[in-house]
Amino acid sequence: MTNHKEEGTTSSLIIGFVLSVLLTVSSYLVVTQRLLPSDMIIAVVVFLALLQFVVQAIFFLHLDKESGPRWNLVIFLSTLSIVAMVIIGSLWIMTHLNYNMMPNSIIQDYIQYDEGISK
Amino acid sequence: MSIKEKQERVTLGFWIYLMTDLLIFAVLFAVYAVLKESTYGGVTIHEIFNPPFVLVETLILLTSSFTCGLAMLAAHKENKKMMVPYFLVTLFLGIVFLAMELYEFAHLISEGHDWTKSAFLSAFFTLTGTHGLHILIGVIWITILLIHIKLRGLTPTTLGKLTLAGLFWHFLDVVWIFIFTIVYLMGGVS
Repeated sequence: MTNHKEEGTTSSLIIGFVLSVLLTVSSYLVVTQRLLPSDMIIAVVVFLALLQFVVQAIFFLHLDKESGPRWNLVIFLSTLSIVAMVIIGSLWIMTHLNYNMMPNSIIQDYIQYDEGISK
Repeated sequence: MSIKEKQERVTLGFWIYLMTDLLIFAVLFAVYAVLKESTYGGVTIHEIFNPPFVLVETLILLTSSFTCGLAMLAAHKENKKMMVPYFLVTLFLGIVFLAMELYEFAHLISEGHDWTKSAFLSAFFTLTGTHGLHILIGVIWITILLIHIKLRGLTPTTLGKLTLAGLFWHFLDVVWIFIFTIVYLMGGVS
């Protein structure tokens, strides 16, 4: 059981750790120092989170180092597709439901407000 | 079947469990995203977000994931002298993280912002609390494994068990990246 490939090496762990710290601190600074306009901040921090996720998947979880058919990667990617459906689907349905549950008398005002249409 | 092949199957099985755990977190994230504006006149995430505190929590958990990786590396080299201290540091950081999270919860509750006050607070406590509960289970699990290794020694069987606990710990750090980003940082923007 001395297959070092599966657990990586000390240097790969250090690279993963340093990259993760840099990504964490930079997304923190982008938000607290208001380095960008607020809708851009959200896109940037989500991108940095996804990048850190990839870094940790490679350097800590070793998702790239499996031999043979890469079942754990296959299972992981199918789970991610379910995750995407659950999250995007919920948000999509629930924002529509917000409109659909409103009395007709106020729904027009809300739609105009949300779409930025001035009367 | 050799021990190694058997262990690979067990690890794959554990990986499938982790993926179902990921689905639990995905659902809780979806609930949080839907309910985060439903504050019922109470506090918003922007008001309860303490940036330096959460950054320290994040870095502590990240460091514990790193020391856990170092411990696993030492375990695979059958270097027990290096492995045990790294695992003890991992446990210590895990406990500090838990203590900080409990302090944050106690602080919120003492100011009257408990989970019964709004849909947002319910979703917030459920998501972060479920993650905290996983960390607690991880701490207990690694502690038991260390006692087990002290009694039985570092055998292929105990090494296999450690591999699963290590995977679990790294997984929890990955989930925390998204709690840090989606709950705290994105809450700090609006």
